[in-house]
Amino acid sequence: MSELHDLTLLEAANYLRSGQASAEQLTLAALGRIEALEPHLHAFLAVTADLALEQAKRADRRLSRWRQGKDETPPPLVLGIPIAVKDVLTLQGAPTTCGSRILEGFHPPYTATSVQRLIQAGAVILGKTNTDEFAMGSSTENSAYGVTHNPWDRRRVPGGSSGGSAAAVAARMCYAALGTDTGGSVRQPAAFCGVTGLKPSYGRVSRYGLIAYGSSLDTVGALARSAADLAPLFQLIAGHDPLDSTSLPEPVPPISLEGANLQGLRIGVPREYFIEGMQAQVEEGVRQALQVLEELGATVEEISLPHTELALPVYYLIAPAEASANLARYDGIRFGPRVEGEDLLASYLNTRGQLFGQEVKRRIMLGTYALSAGYYDAYYGQAQKVRTLIKEDFTRAFERVDLIACPVAPTTAFEIGAHGDDPLSMYLEDVFTLPANLAGVPGIAFPVGFDDHGLPIGMQLNAPPLGEALLLRAAHAYQKVTAWHQEKPEL
Amino acid sequence: MALTREEVRHIARLARLRLTAEEEARYAQQLSAILDYARRLQQVDTSHIPPTATVLPLRAPLREDQPRPSPPREQILANAPATEAGMFRVPPVLDQQP
Repeated sequence: MSELHDLTLLEAANYLRSGQASAEQLTLAALGRIEALEPHLHAFLAVTADLALEQAKRADRRLSRWRQGKDETPPPLVLGIPIAVKDVLTLQGAPTTCGSRILEGFHPPYTATSVQRLIQAGAVILGKTNTDEFAMGSSTENSAYGVTHNPWDRRRVPGGSSGGSAAAVAARMCYAALGTDTGGSVRQPAAFCGVTGLKPSYGRVSRYGLIAYGSSLDTVGALARSAADLAPLFQLIAGHDPLDSTSLPEPVPPISLEGANLQGLRIGVPREYFIEGMQAQVEEGVRQALQVLEELGATVEEISLPHTELALPVYYLIAPAEASANLARYDGIRFGPRVEGEDLLASYLNTRGQLFGQEVKRRIMLGTYALSAGYYDAYYGQAQKVRTLIKEDFTRAFERVDLIACPVAPTTAFEIGAHGDDPLSMYLEDVFTLPANLAGVPGIAFPVGFDDHGLPIGMQLNAPPLGEALLLRAAHAYQKVTAWHQEKPEL
Repeated sequence: MALTREEVRHIARLARLRLTAEEEARYAQQLSAILDYARRLQQVDTSHIPPTATVLPLRAPLREDQPRPSPPREQILANAPATEAGMFRVPPVLDQQP
């Protein structure tokens, strides 16, 4: 028998149903794994062991009632499954820091809808995972509480900003984790850690209880070891929420991966995504995966997304502009610590100046500039117009193809400190993931091989808005005939 | 186009951030580099392109105006750095001269 933490989410769910293992056993196994590996990886900002064990016991009672035939309906697949949550989503009873000192000690008085839906279905919440401060970053190096280490090579970053979630899934500390994706923050760490990550369409998953970064771009997603494990999670968290007026009203039809077949599926490969400076083995890995998809019946053709190279400057004006507004609320009055000053203004200046980290201050400054009198039209206004062109690129492409395939990032996981104090070179890590956020389309990242350093290579698929089921089916079809997603790091 | 230290100080003031002299110098350089990079957007002809503020169809959803319970006051105040008599305590806003 394999160890409990090595089971996939679906296998663990079967163990629970058949009584081969209890939720308490799965939870203790996960907590044991966390205790053993945290000193090496630092994937978590808070471990909610007491809460988790309480939830596990409740899940075991529900499972035993069902096994005794006292409950007719089959239990939700996540009942009793230990799951981690990125620390930008609120969970009542645990601190939420967003990786920032400005929220140190903050205990949210409410739970995010995405997390609440997991809890309602009986999932066991293990804790809050590390993130770049306010989800601004591609490596977790911007967390005020220290970097997370990549389980495949601890000298390297796990990607970001959902790096704690990706590392925790890769290291088998949990069966799945929630993440968020504003410019690639689910997909890029999924690729760097060799796990599968889904960024839903904009508006598909409620953002109530997600601490806002870039409101026209933010999405809540999930990471797990395979598309098959992600499907029940997505099914659960997607759908309208009266508490989030930007959540889409469309119902979420049941997702079936059974007999996932790619026959006749048209896949477009944008020529603009194979750029100079890209790691050769990443390109090779993606090209080989495309061959597998072709063997499964898909047709692959080259397409063009002509405004791709403008996505980076557009994103780095729009997201900071929105961030500068969203982060205005951190003023040391209602929550978080305060650095006193001689009057109210001095107190604001001190609190924000001292408790925000370098990248957050940089983006607030950039956004404030882009929105300031005299520069608004040239920067923010122009970025919004070019965003229209980027969105139309996708609309036009999806008239010809069903899916778009491309790399997740130009390289595999880089070394901690590699980008030093050069923000622009770090931003370039996001070049292949930003366009989906600007266009609002969903994306999935999954492993398609390893480079010479033994680091996972990720491929991304994008679909038209609300096309998550198609993404999951395509990734599942690939994972049924390949084994990259089953590789695990030696720890 | 390089941002001057003066401009950086002005933006920081608008953003309510007290920066150290070292931060002012670093941000002047880094923000200039990022804005230089962003200037390639200005070469795009967008004279007939509408801006995208959100990818969602614009709508203003309405709900019933029904009272709902709010979290207890103590729970909200528990997160504040300073409270007094069930309220947030803040530094002086106005000059304290009579």
